Amino acid sequence: MTEEIIIAGFGGQGVLSMGKILAYSGIMQDQEVSWMPSYGPEMRGGTANVTVIISDERISSPVLNAFDSAIVLNQQSMDKFEPLVKPGGTLIYDPNGITHHPTRTDISIYQIEGARLAAEGGNPKIFNMIILGGFLKVKPIINLDNLEKGLKKSLPARHHNLIPMNIEAVQTGMKELKVIHQL
Amino acid sequence: MELTDIIKEENLVLKKSKLLTDNVMHYCPGCTHGVVHKLIAEVIEELNIQDQTIGVSPVGCSVFAYNYIDIDWAEAAHGRAPAVATAISRLHPEKYVFTYQGDGDLASIGCAEIMHACNRGENIVVVFINNAIYGMTGGQMAPTTLLGQVTSTTPYGRDAKLNGFPMKITELLAQLDGTCYVTRQSADTPAAVRKTKNALKKAFQNTRRQKGVSFVEVVGTCNSGWKMSPVDANKWMREHMFEKYPLGDIKDI
Amino acid sequence: MAEVKLMKGNEVIAETAIRCGCDGYFGYPITPQSEVMETLMLRKPWEETGMVVLQAESELAAINMVYGGASCGKKVMTSSSSPGISLKQEGITYIAGAELPCLVVDVMRGGPGLGTIQPSQSDYFQATKGGGHGDYHLIVLAPASVQEMSDFVVLGFELAFKYRNPAMVLADGVIGQMMEKVVLPDYTPRWTEEEIEKMSGDWALTGKKNRQHHIITSLELEAPRQEVFNEKLQRKYREIEANEVRYEALYCEDADYIFVAYGSCARICQKSIQLAREEGIKVGLLRPITLYPFPTQPISDLCSKVKGFLSVEMSAGQMVEDVRLAVDGRVKVDFYGRMGGVVPTPEEIVVALKNKFKI
Repeated sequence: MTEEIIIAGFGGQGVLSMGKILAYSGIMQDQEVSWMPSYGPEMRGGTANVTVIISDERISSPVLNAFDSAIVLNQQSMDKFEPLVKPGGTLIYDPNGITHHPTRTDISIYQIEGARLAAEGGNPKIFNMIILGGFLKVKPIINLDNLEKGLKKSLPARHHNLIPMNIEAVQTGMKELKVIHQL
Repeated sequence: MELTDIIKEENLVLKKSKLLTDNVMHYCPGCTHGVVHKLIAEVIEELNIQDQTIGVSPVGCSVFAYNYIDIDWAEAAHGRAPAVATAISRLHPEKYVFTYQGDGDLASIGCAEIMHACNRGENIVVVFINNAIYGMTGGQMAPTTLLGQVTSTTPYGRDAKLNGFPMKITELLAQLDGTCYVTRQSADTPAAVRKTKNALKKAFQNTRRQKGVSFVEVVGTCNSGWKMSPVDANKWMREHMFEKYPLGDIKDI
Repeated sequence: MAEVKLMKGNEVIAETAIRCGCDGYFGYPITPQSEVMETLMLRKPWEETGMVVLQAESELAAINMVYGGASCGKKVMTSSSSPGISLKQEGITYIAGAELPCLVVDVMRGGPGLGTIQPSQSDYFQATKGGGHGDYHLIVLAPASVQEMSDFVVLGFELAFKYRNPAMVLADGVIGQMMEKVVLPDYTPRWTEEEIEKMSGDWALTGKKNRQHHIITSLELEAPRQEVFNEKLQRKYREIEANEVRYEALYCEDADYIFVAYGSCARICQKSIQLAREEGIKVGLLRPITLYPFPTQPISDLCSKVKGFLSVEMSAGQMVEDVRLAVDGRVKVDFYGRMGGVVPTPEEIVVALKNKFKI
């Protein structure tokens, strides 16, 4: 199993940390992992993206041009990454702020209203975990136990009290995922 | 009376420091470097810190300082002696670390390094020889060259419009909180030499106080570069250099 | 079993430095490697191992601090990225000329000039052919994974002290910024003064006592004596070339074509190999791990078995010159690269292979 994932959105949406939690959880599940961010001026409030690869084999290129899954959180990222999903692959997106919805028919497309759900829950910070939940629903490559372990590893100890809330957010995401187009 | 009757221990009034090597100095007759080398050797000998002292020599006439004083030395790239000394001092906090630099090395190409070593308050001694000229490369203008002074790159005299002003780097460094002792001395008379030696000794002793950089400027002559006899050079120094670079302690805390 | 961590390449440089008993790090911030010094400052190793960490006023100062620390026989290092490494060349050639051991980490970005901050490999010449003035070489290690970022800090120091020669870890923005699994080395205590005396006591500045004074310098006024010194350096480089070549060969056994690539390009080429082999094109990878000494012989040995070599670099074609020297005209050598901070995709490398070799 090799899963090549791009997570893309605005800086500040928790794109990089979502990727890190996913990668650390992969390690907890005895997988090989890599996490490669875009870096530079983009860090300053522009778009941010990270390529995460989880595999049971040695990982070749950490930089990719075609992905099994794309998790897309703003319009620029949709424009850039929808075409880069491999045929038969998966695209998950938050419709918040999306004006041009994905149109491909050779991939599976799902929606998760992370921004709305996070706002309704009164905690915008769990946005990225709701999205991650949606992803894991479609691609159950990490089990919840290992995700919790991954969270523990990625979060500083002073934030460990927030782990149950994060797991809950993941479960919310799993529940609220909407199928737009399934192959 | 035979010569052997004269050369006796009890008749000895002056001898070379044991820390000065027997290497023949390459300095021109009349140069200030030799005197200051001798003083540093004496101070290290008197403080009995030969095995605890590491010197950093510059690029310039005193690049070969390491050949003359019998201690461990690192020879730094042009201007970088304070950075080299910073690391040695931080990695050997118990040692006495000093740089020996000329005006081109310290005040021109190494301006950033000396500023920041002083600003960080490194626990080092800096010996700064200011003779207002580049000696080794053949008498070019230094940052401390006086207005009107003729050098090979200011053949019509230093012109402020063309070359800027003589730099009082020592006063600048005294402004920094990381310096604890900043003084300007000379070595043109026996009294001045004694004062310079005292300043150097105080600077080395300050190392144990861990209060930051001790900075000793010695205003000197470069009679070859100035194209004067040693006697005339000393006279010119007193008449011109001391006006711009007045002697005495600038800071002592 | 040692703990597996998920860490950035740059963080691993810092963490490994602390663990391998490094005495001092001197640096100046520059993207994309600032995490090295940031990690060190956060970790406060001076409280733990006594390691000195200092933010210098410039790259010039930082490398000269390394010169000072190395003069004392201490295990010292710096890190920077391309423009900063250019500034450090003065100090690096002095360090090579004074035969001092130290570690320099270069996380390359696109040039020339201020260039970009994205990953690049356009400083291969600078790293392997000298970089500063004079006939000298660094020992250059090219990590292709976060694990190797750790391993090569340890190896770099080891080789630097073995040969009294500066060593360089030549990474790029991809390896510096990416996170992967890593197993860090166990803690090795810093060398004691006695150990330094035993190892480097014949040259290091430890304070003159009951011996000749030590002088660290690269200056010599007599040309014939400087030539003798240069001959000694050259003998050292020949010894390094004979003993320290390291490389990895992947899928070369049945290969018709060989990618030669290092660092992140070697990783990308591994994906290209998968893609090419799916199309029935048999490609292998020769990954130089030491860029100096370059794996000339292993490449030469492959000449009788393959149809050609493609050097894949994030540059205008630098390492390809060393590949050509190794191949010496026996088979075709071509080049594919991207420049200025653009990272090639696995797919475009396959296309380049097919175009250049008319497959």
